[in-house]
Amino acid sequence: MKDTAAPSTPRSSNCIWDAVIVGAGHNGLVTANYLARSGLDVLVVEKNDWIGGAAVSRELYPGFTYSNCSYVCSLFRPEIMRDLDLPAHGLQVLPYEGGAVFQRDGGYLATYRDHEANRREIARHSPRDAENYDRYARDLMRHCRFIRPLLMRTPPDPASFKPRDLSEMAYLARQFLALGADEAADMVRFWTMSISDYLDEYFENDTLKAYMTVAAITGTALGPMSPGTAYVLLHHYMGDVDGNIGAWGYARGGMGAVSQALAASFRGAGGTLRENAPVARILVRSGRAEGVVLEDGEEILARRVISNMDVKRTFLNCMDPTDLPEAFLGRVRSFKSRGSSGKLNIALDGAPEFPALPDGSPCLRGDLHFTDSVERAERAYDDWKAGRWSADPFQDTMIPSMIDPTMAPPGKHFMSCFVQYCPPKLRNGADGERDWTDNDRDAFGKAVIDQIEDYAPGFKQRILHVEVRTPRELEAEVGLTDGNIFQGELTFDQLLFNRPVPGYAQYRGPVPDLWMCGSSTHPGGGVMGAPGRNAAAEILRSMRGGVGNRAEMRDAYPVL
Amino acid sequence: MPTPSFDAIIIGGGVNGLACAGRLAQAGQKVLVLDAADTPGGGALTAEFAPGYRVDGLAHLVTHLDARMLAALKPEGHGLEWAVGSMATTALSSDGGHLTLNGAYGENVQGLDEDEAQRWAALRGRLLRHTEILRPLREITPPLPGKGGGKGNLLALGRAGLNLRRLGREDMQEFLRMILINVHDVVQEDLTDDRLRGLLAFDATLGTFLGPRSPNSLFLLWHRLSGDAGRIRWPRGGMGALASALAEAVRAAGAELRCAARVDRVLSDGDRATGVRLESGEEIAARCVISTANPRTTFLDLLGARQVETGLVRRLNNIRMRGTAAKLHLALKGAPDFRGADLRHRLVIAPSSDTVENAFNHIKYGEFSPAPVMEITCPTAHDSGFAPDGHHVLSIVAQYAPYSLRGGWEAGRDALQAAILKQLEAHAPGIGELVTAVELLTPADIAARHGLVGGSWHQGDLAVEQMLFMRPAVGIARYATPMPGLWLAGAGSHPGGGISGTAGWNAANEILGAA
Repeated sequence: MKDTAAPSTPRSSNCIWDAVIVGAGHNGLVTANYLARSGLDVLVVEKNDWIGGAAVSRELYPGFTYSNCSYVCSLFRPEIMRDLDLPAHGLQVLPYEGGAVFQRDGGYLATYRDHEANRREIARHSPRDAENYDRYARDLMRHCRFIRPLLMRTPPDPASFKPRDLSEMAYLARQFLALGADEAADMVRFWTMSISDYLDEYFENDTLKAYMTVAAITGTALGPMSPGTAYVLLHHYMGDVDGNIGAWGYARGGMGAVSQALAASFRGAGGTLRENAPVARILVRSGRAEGVVLEDGEEILARRVISNMDVKRTFLNCMDPTDLPEAFLGRVRSFKSRGSSGKLNIALDGAPEFPALPDGSPCLRGDLHFTDSVERAERAYDDWKAGRWSADPFQDTMIPSMIDPTMAPPGKHFMSCFVQYCPPKLRNGADGERDWTDNDRDAFGKAVIDQIEDYAPGFKQRILHVEVRTPRELEAEVGLTDGNIFQGELTFDQLLFNRPVPGYAQYRGPVPDLWMCGSSTHPGGGVMGAPGRNAAAEILRSMRGGVGNRAEMRDAYPVL
Repeated sequence: MPTPSFDAIIIGGGVNGLACAGRLAQAGQKVLVLDAADTPGGGALTAEFAPGYRVDGLAHLVTHLDARMLAALKPEGHGLEWAVGSMATTALSSDGGHLTLNGAYGENVQGLDEDEAQRWAALRGRLLRHTEILRPLREITPPLPGKGGGKGNLLALGRAGLNLRRLGREDMQEFLRMILINVHDVVQEDLTDDRLRGLLAFDATLGTFLGPRSPNSLFLLWHRLSGDAGRIRWPRGGMGALASALAEAVRAAGAELRCAARVDRVLSDGDRATGVRLESGEEIAARCVISTANPRTTFLDLLGARQVETGLVRRLNNIRMRGTAAKLHLALKGAPDFRGADLRHRLVIAPSSDTVENAFNHIKYGEFSPAPVMEITCPTAHDSGFAPDGHHVLSIVAQYAPYSLRGGWEAGRDALQAAILKQLEAHAPGIGELVTAVELLTPADIAARHGLVGGSWHQGDLAVEQMLFMRPAVGIARYATPMPGLWLAGAGSHPGGGISGTAGWNAANEILGAA
């Protein structure tokens, strides 16, 4: 069935692809890669003139490369990197060294990649916490060990009686029961607790706790005191760089390097990528997905359609509701994807100076935080609930050019500020809501810059260019509904077999030959690639004997 | 130590202590119940708070009384009468457009338009179906994952699983989706009426350290409804009358009750618990000691931390006990007018889910809510014995107020009282003029008065991570403890407090080996 035309040749509309993938985000590209490597004839269509979705590097100011959306790398599954040979296609992850939390009284707490160095620094703030840090790290690793293999497994449907679902449920039950009562209790508590309560069981120092909440609230519409946030911490913690669990790094050349490597690998496998090809509608004829219609009216036919878009965009914007079951549509409508974050990308004339840090501190090469108590982070969340951006925002700020010289001209720097909280709509009066305006966006940007200036006097003078992104920009550019960076919130009602909606957690859409592979599916967001890989596995599985050479697909690596 | 003259000593004569005592005594054991207070009942008490005015001192409604206990002890034969067998709830609106839920949690509703009434019927049906899954779990000893937890319990667990399957595909999926969801999202999704949304948000979070937007909050509404399927009752003579009827029933079953007998030590010979020592110095021996006191108090204060393994000490210290509710008792010289609301109903001030969330925001930072949400009952509307003729009393549970207030309760209590009264005035104009006496119990007062650590009514927050085999902590969740002969039977154990007696009854079953 394989079409022999050169991948770059435009097709006529009567040719039928084995698969068309809507959206060239990292998950779409991962799925595309596995399918192409299994001998399928795959087309990826992307609405923008750049690829990568939220894993993208762009030059918006001469000489500077911005990681516009996602900005650090750790979650991307090493198994996928190997399967798809991404290092050979240019992907290099540079681990970064720790970071710092600046305290309002002029002090700071440094963090390091090295456990012992970290422990010594914690001891400077609280000897008791330094003791407990060992126990904390051990316990977290234990939870990691349990959860990580589940990332690369298709969730079972607990309401199904199919042998495959029953046996997967039995597998999960066995895993859980094998833990024994004590560990099982620790696990369930960890899954359901708030990060604030969880940290209180180990630590007393507020700055340390504030630092540790970072990963638990990043990207979620929850505050550190909301139950369920401890799990989000794990979601961010279970990544690794070169086997160092919990370590983070920069993709050399920005996060777009991940997408570029995926695209290069895909093209190398014979796949076709079309930019500037926005999909208007997914075609359903005689009860099955048959292709897509582009905005200019071009029809592209395919044996299967795979959406990398979030579920709301896929089913509410790009499909005819009469093609979908009503109950399914209702669940998609109530799928929660409220954005909670914004981003500032800043070109700097020189490195910012933080007087609190000793000269030559390695902390500047890591993540910088200006929130020194859990309470401040929680109050920032209260602002989100009330429909306004946080006046005292919580930031995860990086200067990737400290490590990666390709990001900015010599002596100059690119700074990435991830900011919470930032609501998708702003409160207007008592009950109303309104959209963001350019003025709002600028005021939000100013609040963030002012906060940095407080800790780095003279910072403002070094700014050459700022890109401010609120949920509005994220939705408009990347296509993330309501600007949610995970294509859907990470609460239990939207995790595992509930993700994206109950009964549809196995990457199949409600229409035959329609599939989902984005972060809206299990195991969710972050530049992880697992949803894309799992979707490909399910698609290939559905083809039974139809695949000639199935691409190599490694099982999850164990956590040692 | 003399030869034990009792099979069991029960520390605490609250409803759980009485339930446990009744069960054991009926099984032929020689039981002694010791209570620090002058009357048994614990959180079920009715007392005079101002000359001539009486009120339920803590709990003021019955939502989960254990059916097994009622059937076996028959407190009706000892004077228990229900003044209200099924109390309606009115969600107050400040413009007088109230909403009333009649029957078991709104079987029929007044004040909703037809569409919303249909939406409510659908949601209510779903809530109650899901609640049915949990109900059988209340009455079992929580099974431990990984080990058999007694055949009967596994059976109950299996039954719950089967019931879940029987719900059918869609409903089962909904159950699993909603199990850890927050109540706010559910009411926003399924309802349009703010009064109804506010009421559900309030009921889900009442007595918990959660706001309606906090994940896991819907589960606590299920938990609440799993008792009596939403039926609310109130005994004639108040909660104290319920307690004394139960106490009489327990005495009739052969147990001995001693009040004003505070236990200050659980005695052990190093291998097992052997009895208790009272504050007076008196020592009483028994084959087993059953504590309905707070689990942390039981181990760390009564038994002594030195006899407890370090891991358990840590777990005990990590049990979260954060009271969130204050109680206000008002003596009124006339009937308050909540814009026409029926005073015989449970009155709730929680105009919207956001109001409840905003009230919650403050307690996170150790502040009380300046616009508290609250549940109000008016005992005098049912029973004239609570106040002089023509006078009334109100019993109010107001949220949220922390156990430790920033700046201290000494300085803050007047402001809290003013905030509650202001909220009342907005819903019952002129009520301030009627007030002749006030009693405010902050969570700190409640802690001091009832030995409830942290002011937590449930001896440990009701929260998903503190339920079933994690309540009060893994290792002591099956009522037995690592110290042979020492048992837990209080609200701190599964399935929690709330004047039900279930924990006490379950513990007794476990002690008798009947589980």
